[in-house]
Amino acid sequence: MQSDSIHLSRRDALVKLLRVAGAGAGAAGLGLWLSKHSWRPEPALAMAAKRGHTIATDPKLPEMAVITGDDPAQLTRQAIEELGGIRRFIARGDIVLVKPNIGWDRTPEQAANTNPDVVAEVIRQCSNAGAKRVIVTDVSCNDPRRCFQRSGIAEAARLAGAEVVLPDPAMFKDVDLQGEILRVWPVLDLFLNADKIINVPIAKHHSLTGTTLGMKNWYGMLGGPRHLLHQRIHESLVDLADFVRPTLTIVDCYRILARNGPTGGNLQDVILKKTLVAGTDPVALDAYVAKAYWNLEVSSLPYLKMAANRGLGTYEFEKVRTQIKTL
Amino acid sequence: MRFPKPTKLRTLSQIVFFFLFLFLLLRTEFRGSLTASASEIRLPYPVSLFFQFDPLVAISNALSSHALYRGLLWSMVVLIPTMFLGRFFCGWICPLGSIHHFFSSFISERKRGKQLIDSNRYKRWQTTKYYLLIASLVAAVFGTGIVGWLDPFSLLVRSVGLSILPATNHALRASLGVLEHSRYPFVQTVSGALHFILGALLLSFKQPHFRLGIWLGLIFVFLVALNFRITRFWCRALCPLGALLGIVSRWSVLGLVKNPEHCNDCNRCLLRCQGGDDPIGGVPWHQPECHLCLNCVDECPEHGLRFQFFPGQKAVGVNLQRRKVLTGLAAGVAVVPLARSTSGFATERHERLLRPPGALDEEYFLARCIRCGECMKVCPNNALHPAFSEAGIEGLWTPVLVPRIGYCETSCVLCSQVCPTGAIWEITEREKGWSVDVARADKPIRLGTAFYDRGRCLPWAMATECIVCEEWCPTSPKAIYLQPVEMIDATGNSKQVKQPYLDPSHCVGCGACEYACPVQDRPAVYVTSVGESRSRTNQILLNRRKG
Repeated sequence: MQSDSIHLSRRDALVKLLRVAGAGAGAAGLGLWLSKHSWRPEPALAMAAKRGHTIATDPKLPEMAVITGDDPAQLTRQAIEELGGIRRFIARGDIVLVKPNIGWDRTPEQAANTNPDVVAEVIRQCSNAGAKRVIVTDVSCNDPRRCFQRSGIAEAARLAGAEVVLPDPAMFKDVDLQGEILRVWPVLDLFLNADKIINVPIAKHHSLTGTTLGMKNWYGMLGGPRHLLHQRIHESLVDLADFVRPTLTIVDCYRILARNGPTGGNLQDVILKKTLVAGTDPVALDAYVAKAYWNLEVSSLPYLKMAANRGLGTYEFEKVRTQIKTL
Repeated sequence: MRFPKPTKLRTLSQIVFFFLFLFLLLRTEFRGSLTASASEIRLPYPVSLFFQFDPLVAISNALSSHALYRGLLWSMVVLIPTMFLGRFFCGWICPLGSIHHFFSSFISERKRGKQLIDSNRYKRWQTTKYYLLIASLVAAVFGTGIVGWLDPFSLLVRSVGLSILPATNHALRASLGVLEHSRYPFVQTVSGALHFILGALLLSFKQPHFRLGIWLGLIFVFLVALNFRITRFWCRALCPLGALLGIVSRWSVLGLVKNPEHCNDCNRCLLRCQGGDDPIGGVPWHQPECHLCLNCVDECPEHGLRFQFFPGQKAVGVNLQRRKVLTGLAAGVAVVPLARSTSGFATERHERLLRPPGALDEEYFLARCIRCGECMKVCPNNALHPAFSEAGIEGLWTPVLVPRIGYCETSCVLCSQVCPTGAIWEITEREKGWSVDVARADKPIRLGTAFYDRGRCLPWAMATECIVCEEWCPTSPKAIYLQPVEMIDATGNSKQVKQPYLDPSHCVGCGACEYACPVQDRPAVYVTSVGESRSRTNQILLNRRKG
């Protein structure tokens, strides 16, 4: 009977042993190396991206301009002109982020989003001043595709030559806001890389703070569970405003949403004011518009005083150099 | 000029229709436009086109609603030529058939040589589809659209649209994410370009997630995998549309002519036979099983097979057994009464059975809905999901709104645009009526009513400011109103908060409050179906309108 065993030369046996030994050593080495890399997973360190976008004050120029007239684009032009012209704010080669309110699936007449003509004119001004890129974006509440389209802002901004960006989940970065109550939050990265930021909110009614104006517009740079912010809305507003510090704020009061804000929907809630309030002091602007259109005193808007204490501006808008004009 | 081989033409036709189908499915999504600000948003393509050409959907719709909904008359374009030509639709057009055809073409361990030839002979079990057809059409007479469980386009849209494409989207985004975070700028650039191209072609605007998605996907994968055992098992044994087309091809004038003098029993005609219709010599041809793929004609080395009008040879028609036909009839008769004898249909409706805006009253809805998932695919907020138990067994895979995942967008009517059968009747923004004063609107569509769980609501239970639900409430005047109250917090301090209340005259049940509620796991405000405008009985208030 033939044996099943096969002849194995010494050489073959050695090679075989070496091969197994090599594989064994490799496995052991890999295991050792991996065992040294065992860490409890921790979220990546949030970046400290706080960055001012403000420009130097000029005592010869007004800090606030209140312009009334028929054409939103002309009002925008005039407001910027009164404040010293766009070249005061935008330098050649700047990356400019324009932040309108594009929060809701509403048409311009319903006054839940910023007037598209105002946004378009801001973009044109920035381009004329030689901005390298002008970006328009917002983290909408309703479906962004509908908000950007039905607000008319996407179309107007594109025609004016801006990049219109609908936020994508991949575009948020965890940032340490270094606020008193807001620390690590996901922020749309476009806000982190811009040289200049222009805030273009619309003035609307809001049940919690009475009105939603310029500082509340910064909610629209956050991702994450931002509905928690309402629980301490005044502190949140100040923390956000402290983080962003815009170059220029233009509060769109062409149509204001006087009731049932911030969503509105009913044309009966809209009041035509045909006014823009622009300026470099975000606190004074909010204080002025709240008083002018909702008759709200500073005492009923605690965030204004908190912001002033933080050095973000002054709530005593009467003391601010103001240019009021009707076209 | 040489005319291309018919089988090549057939493959070309299959590819064209498959990609047309895929294109329309991928465009069953509102993608937004940066160049138009049309305030009334509609999809630019007729994305549910294939359903309009589906005679099975048309017949079911006609039997259950005694009418043909918008566009279903087009199905005659398929039905009538089938009467003359046979099941060309299955072999040349049907995208699900083409998928099965593609996966059948792989030779597997169990399907090679003699086994392959044997597996392609006509089998008795191929008649199963006729009994399924009988059962589902009889059920349709009793007023149900359950034929959509098996209708090939319903199956395809439901499986691919709600499971395969979302999974693909997830995988592609994950891979792109890894590449885009590469440390090498070159890889970043390339993946950026790739992202742009894929974004235009394939990627969804945002990652969709569907309830039951995994099960819909597994059923589909299982049906496709069956092809490795038996060529086109689905088409041969289960597809009710194939059965319907098989029955009407009884009178077809185009047929296979077998020339017995040329046949040397090589069986090669069986190698790539799709329908299992016995093109071999010595046995009669099973006309209703044939997909007209023409592989047998192509394969025959002796040129002994050809298709011709008025073939003059005897072929076997649909050969059904009386007992099984009776079983199918009985099953079809029984299914609707049985399903509706439970309390869930009549007296104890599921509180979360929230139907899309425009949906007909439940009885009419179930009669028309073919569970195809078009509405779920198109919903921009991912709010519509296939039901598992909310609508009873009969309502399996019908659409339900899940506000915690997504609410119904105020001005959106896309689900009613794509619904192929009128289960969700086509409505306009004006008819939906949410952009005006709801209490004064003519007849706003209400999906249900919101309720507060005061034990979980922050201003009610935790003396904490919130009002996010009120902020999001899209009606004007708002359906959620606030009352300021003094509360004592845990440290004994007095504190003023605003507590939310609901005004049913303005609530439309859109679910925005539930969606936005910061109490993440079980929201403190939720919508139930009571007060839905489509139902006369599922109501709370005598008069919901003001004034």
